[in-house]
Amino acid sequence: MALAEDLRGAVPASEAIGGQNAGGEVVTVRSNAIVETMRYLRTSIAEPFDMLVDITAVDRIEGAGELEVVYQLCRLADCGRLTVKTAVPAANPKLASLTSIWKAANWAEREVYDMFGVVFEGHPDLRRILLYEQFEGHPLRKAYPYQKRQPLVPERDPIADPWPARDLEPR
Amino acid sequence: MSKEPTGPASQQDRLGDQDRLGDIVEFQMGPSHPATHGTIKFNLRLDGELVVACDTEIGYLHRGFEKMCEQGTWTQAIPYTDRLNYASPLINNFIFCEAVERLLGVSVPERCSYIRSLLSEMSRVADHLTCLGMSVTEIGAISVGFYMNEARETLYNLTSLVTGARVTVSYGRIGGVTRDLPEDFAPRMHEAIEHTRKVLIDSEKLLERNRIFIDRMCGVGMLATDDAIDYGLTGPLLRACGVGRDLRKDAPYMAYDRLDFDVPVGTKGDNFDRFSVRFEEILQSLRMIEQALKDMPEGPVAVDDPTIFMPDKAKVYGSIEGLMNQFKLVIEGVKVPAGEIYFAGEAANGELGFFLVSDGSGRPYRVRVRPPCFYAMGALEAMLEGGELADVIPTFGMINMIGGECDR
Repeated sequence: MALAEDLRGAVPASEAIGGQNAGGEVVTVRSNAIVETMRYLRTSIAEPFDMLVDITAVDRIEGAGELEVVYQLCRLADCGRLTVKTAVPAANPKLASLTSIWKAANWAEREVYDMFGVVFEGHPDLRRILLYEQFEGHPLRKAYPYQKRQPLVPERDPIADPWPARDLEPR
Repeated sequence: MSKEPTGPASQQDRLGDQDRLGDIVEFQMGPSHPATHGTIKFNLRLDGELVVACDTEIGYLHRGFEKMCEQGTWTQAIPYTDRLNYASPLINNFIFCEAVERLLGVSVPERCSYIRSLLSEMSRVADHLTCLGMSVTEIGAISVGFYMNEARETLYNLTSLVTGARVTVSYGRIGGVTRDLPEDFAPRMHEAIEHTRKVLIDSEKLLERNRIFIDRMCGVGMLATDDAIDYGLTGPLLRACGVGRDLRKDAPYMAYDRLDFDVPVGTKGDNFDRFSVRFEEILQSLRMIEQALKDMPEGPVAVDDPTIFMPDKAKVYGSIEGLMNQFKLVIEGVKVPAGEIYFAGEAANGELGFFLVSDGSGRPYRVRVRPPCFYAMGALEAMLEGGELADVIPTFGMINMIGGECDR
């Protein structure tokens, strides 16, 4: 709770709200202040969070119309942890990249872009990472049907369309 | 092949009067290459033998793990976790179950915690033996690879004895483990520990003065400590850089706070340190297994709560209440209260974290895995650049990328 107050003082645009989940402390900030918030948490506080452990997103489109982006931070000195959350509108999912603060953000943001379609502005190389570039859509959004298939090479039903019988006659 | 302007002055000095100066060759390695165990592609740019840039392509084994977890109950996600790091599936099982249990707010019986720690350490030994054995085979020490595979085989047989399967174990359950250890487990485990120790002594003798091994591992694939932290490296790779962070010590879970073990660290952050850290960790894990076998209390191996854990088969077949209980758990799943949690444990490759979101129904709303080797693969280009083409193999081997975990 104290951390959210400090954050509101140091980065007023963050409008940080402190909270708690089953795993520990959570701070929710405004998406336009994410870089300043993270830079403050990494460099300016007494016990800085020096490692970006993970970035992921949660689909909150049904209801809030938002994609919630979740950052996990870790303090190496005592293994203290913090979850930072922000939300971007699903209609225009743009968020500033953290690649200038942590190198780990490079691949992590590519994955969130790949899976949820959040566009990280300022990312040096925002390409799909797990899927191929011809893939359409963002599969971890709830609207994406889990049984949908997008094969790169057309799939063939071996029953309906068998290979032609091999010519077994000696040549 | 493309022509590029010449590199920085230092590079020209190093290359001397070679007439290849300035020719950058684009070289694709993989996705199907004998040394890339796991399907992966390196798009390398080479200046002679020197690696100028490396673009790593992953995702060939992407099976939609996170999407599929959202389709079933919480329990039905457990078999999927087997297929994350398939060299040590038990660790994935147990960390996932611990995360869900913390969201539920239940704690498992003492004996279950000990069984989980013991089997996690057994899996860690098997995982490290796989990683080390494969890597040294690739750089020529094939006998060590055979020895280590043999020791791993005894551990896989024990896994099979306990769980009924060698790889796809699905042994963890929310609130406990499926069944207790078999009676002859302890003596067979002691035999396996002895065998593994002997293999390690033999391997050390074959490697410690081996010129080829030393030359190809020492000072290769170096990563500075700050970079390792910046890239989000965890586990043996971070410890090889001198950061003694181990979640089993720093944020104990299961029975790790009652087991005595040391956390080995490296000094230089090169491949040799990564090898040595893993080697020492095997010995520490064997120590932990012995302690767990000695200290393990008697008692139940699962919580006594019909809303979480399946009833005995005798009850299911012998009473209507038991049958109903089983039916409700299978059809509706464990009702995890609405909430969120990030829980991480120390897997063989580093921090394996689960970010779980529950909406209060019997199905997960979101299951996110934080795979340790995904972030290590992100740092691979920094380890390779400036090195030689042949160094790609040992460095990649020491990262121990497991496709199932990296690509999910």
